[in-house]
Amino acid sequence: MTAADVAPASVLQPSETSVARRETIRALLRSKTFVVGNVIVLFWVFWAIAGSRLTPHDPLAQTPDVLARPGTHYWLGTDTLGRDVLSRVLAGASSVLVVAPLATLLGVVLGTIVGLITGYFRGIVDESISRVIDAVLALPLIMIAVTARAALGLSRATLIVVIGIIFTPLVARTVRAAVLQERDLDYVPAARLRGERAPYIMFVELLPNIMQPIVVEGTVRLGYAIFAVAGLTFLGLGVQPPTPDWALQISDNYGLLTGGSYWWTVLFPALAVASLVVGVNLIADGLRQVLDR
Amino acid sequence: MSRFLLKRIGLALVTLVLLSMLVFAIAQLLPGDVGRNVLGPFATQQSVDQLNHQLGVDRPVYDQYATWVDHLSHGDLGESFQYQGSSVWSLLGPALVNSLKLAALAFVLVVPLAIVGGVFAGLREGRISDRVITVTGLSLTAVPEFVTAIVLIVIFGVALKWLPVTAQAPAGSGFFTQVEHLLLPAFALVMVLFGYIARMARAGTIEALDSDYTRTASLKGLSQQTVVRKHVLRNALLPTIAVVATQTGYLIGGLVVIEKVFNYPGIGQRIYTAATNKDFAVLEAGLLIVGVVYLVATLLADILYSALNPRIRHATTE
Repeated sequence: MTAADVAPASVLQPSETSVARRETIRALLRSKTFVVGNVIVLFWVFWAIAGSRLTPHDPLAQTPDVLARPGTHYWLGTDTLGRDVLSRVLAGASSVLVVAPLATLLGVVLGTIVGLITGYFRGIVDESISRVIDAVLALPLIMIAVTARAALGLSRATLIVVIGIIFTPLVARTVRAAVLQERDLDYVPAARLRGERAPYIMFVELLPNIMQPIVVEGTVRLGYAIFAVAGLTFLGLGVQPPTPDWALQISDNYGLLTGGSYWWTVLFPALAVASLVVGVNLIADGLRQVLDR
Repeated sequence: MSRFLLKRIGLALVTLVLLSMLVFAIAQLLPGDVGRNVLGPFATQQSVDQLNHQLGVDRPVYDQYATWVDHLSHGDLGESFQYQGSSVWSLLGPALVNSLKLAALAFVLVVPLAIVGGVFAGLREGRISDRVITVTGLSLTAVPEFVTAIVLIVIFGVALKWLPVTAQAPAGSGFFTQVEHLLLPAFALVMVLFGYIARMARAGTIEALDSDYTRTASLKGLSQQTVVRKHVLRNALLPTIAVVATQTGYLIGGLVVIEKVFNYPGIGQRIYTAATNKDFAVLEAGLLIVGVVYLVATLLADILYSALNPRIRHATTE
């Protein structure tokens, strides 16, 4: 369970590295938080891939059974157009599970590059990039996204790029801190004395040794990405109807809650978003417990 | 200390200049013909050109930026593109005040609540009460704020009818009526923020309890109460202040969604409307105001942090 028996990868020979990796995986599988988180996330990943092919009803089919209560035929009831809520919730997994991970990946890749550069070179490069990062961080994610979405139009790709770029400085900050801890360890000056170029040292020597904080940061970011995508979709800036999507289901139906009836149109998609975010956070917690030395 | 302050304020100013460029650049990304947007598809090209010229959007970008900054430095935010004749400030000023009221109420509620909860959980690490606080906090942060807000409306506004559902109090209402109207949206923000702040306070407490100075204090015979008050709390609160400051940024951004659910005329709503209507003047000024609020909040937090942290207070650099 503890990471104490996993020695830092930097001092290991290749054979010992693979032993250490197996140890880490075993420790992860023993972590309840990590396993439970994975079960939840994999459930949604399964439905994101399976989509409407396996749902009990067609998520897009409109029926005369408008706003039916949850029961034996429609397990979670139907919405204002008579569409099956359960099928729409299950099929809705795909819209957020495409955008959020891709946006996170983009942010992690760009952020790692920026973080490696600023941490490795320090000095004027670091100072100036850090100031720009500070300026970007002064604006809340949702506001930049609202502005950029209005500017660049409504498409999935825009959403991915916007969130990815906003995540870049946040990831860069973490990576930079990790690089600063590593850059004075013996193997870095040694590589420099061997005459290796800066890009080689950054990506071949440093990067493998700071993968752990990057993985943790990426998982945490994924949670935020799901949040951001849901918030933007709720504001009407994400996927458009009639695509099944959790946040869209909520924003379409929350007006119906006045009077307290028709709660099933909102409750189930809300639980779906929450469970996915909880799942991702559990994975992040498990990773942090095992990987952080 | 004063050297640290000067350096910190200098950095904030540099960030502010970069922020203004960034905001201007983002707003310039907005494609589309401003004049055409304002006048609609049936206006003649001539009148569109004329309006563009009048608004100055046909000039080169750097020229527009220079004019913008020049006007800003005189406190002039310009005129709205969409609402002809109304100044940007007359649209954003009241909205900013509304948002700050909501944010202030949320902070007044959440900061003591989360710190007490977090410290309490930290002191009872591993026991049932700790688990309850930690799991509740984590679950609350996992629910998007619009969901929390809707649930609160349904329970306290619709079912129990304890609190008004509209965030905006009738014009001319007294202080307490305004607070009453703002309670539901503020609670929604409290529920999202509680987890983050309580988590930091808990982690800080556990770390402080585990440290050498706490052990020394206990070993030299100080009472548990004194140890907690003098040694644990002070050190546990340091990281908490840092997280409160970063959450200010979230808070103002999160307001967009909350303001939409409660239909509250705050700065988030204004910026959202300005972005959808391509009202550059309002959009730029709005983003800048939000950025400045964030910068001021983090600056204040840094100053507070350094005032409480002897290592920074007595250091000459950094």
